Amino acid sequence: MKSSVITFPGSNCDRDMDVALKKFGFKNKMVWHDDQELPKSDLIVLPGGFSYGDYLRCGSMASKSKIMKSVINFAKSGGLVMGICNGFQILVEAGLVPGVLLRNKYLEFICKNVFVKIENKENSYFKNLDKNVFEFHIAHNEGNYFCTNEQLKEIEDNNQIAIYYCDHDGNLDNENNPNGSIRNIAGIFNKEKNVLGMMPHPERMIDQSLSGEDGAIFFKNLINNIK
Amino acid sequence: MKISAIITLKKDVLDPQGKVIHQALDGMGFNSVNEVRQGKYFEIEVKEDDPKKAKSLVDEMCKKLLANLVIENYKIIETQ
Repeated sequence: MKSSVITFPGSNCDRDMDVALKKFGFKNKMVWHDDQELPKSDLIVLPGGFSYGDYLRCGSMASKSKIMKSVINFAKSGGLVMGICNGFQILVEAGLVPGVLLRNKYLEFICKNVFVKIENKENSYFKNLDKNVFEFHIAHNEGNYFCTNEQLKEIEDNNQIAIYYCDHDGNLDNENNPNGSIRNIAGIFNKEKNVLGMMPHPERMIDQSLSGEDGAIFFKNLINNIK
Repeated sequence: MKISAIITLKKDVLDPQGKVIHQALDGMGFNSVNEVRQGKYFEIEVKEDDPKKAKSLVDEMCKKLLANLVIENYKIIETQ
């Protein structure tokens, strides 16, 4: 299985993602934002970081970079595109998933492990996962998911909420909503479920010597789903 | 000519920065403030002398990059 990770100026989770993808069997290539063509890929990943210094709005400038035209075409033709953290912000700015990510409600940069819940498994990312609650890492300043009421209705009607912030038993409440996101949303699909944007970093949880292995479960399952 | 654009958050969008600024003003003794909303201001020098064309150019820039219309409104002002 072939994957490509796009590196923007200011990306800083691109190499972690490269390590994670290779560890679980992907043949991964790094692609520079100023390139125009994507290598043949089964999965494109937009990594975390601070693309273009997060100037103007997080992800806004990266969403207009040269390679994004190809990424958008790839997504529109049904290809799998996953955006993590800043990658999620790039996806919303590119219009590939609905909504926006605002400044965290309590104005703090949040860097900690959280529990997240995955409910919708009718998609290439999560099908066959044998549990619903995962411990992932988050590290962001702008992860407060927001959308209009009309968009929210559409998102819910189409089962587009991919991941929720929750407690370790999977309960959704305000206490376990770290950044003020609407409906505890931590990740969103596009309508067709081939594009996934999420704030948590599964690539930071792939080894016991890091802070956990729930990310490993996610990646192992992902490559089996794509095969 | 120089065109300015003012980007403001839409009414229903939470503005935590504005809230903190409001609290700070309160603490300084400015007790007559009802609400503070923080926005962005751009001055754009365009190679165009026709004000109508210059404004429509900046309008396109706002739509495509400077503002995110899900959460923000913009207003264009001719400054020179």
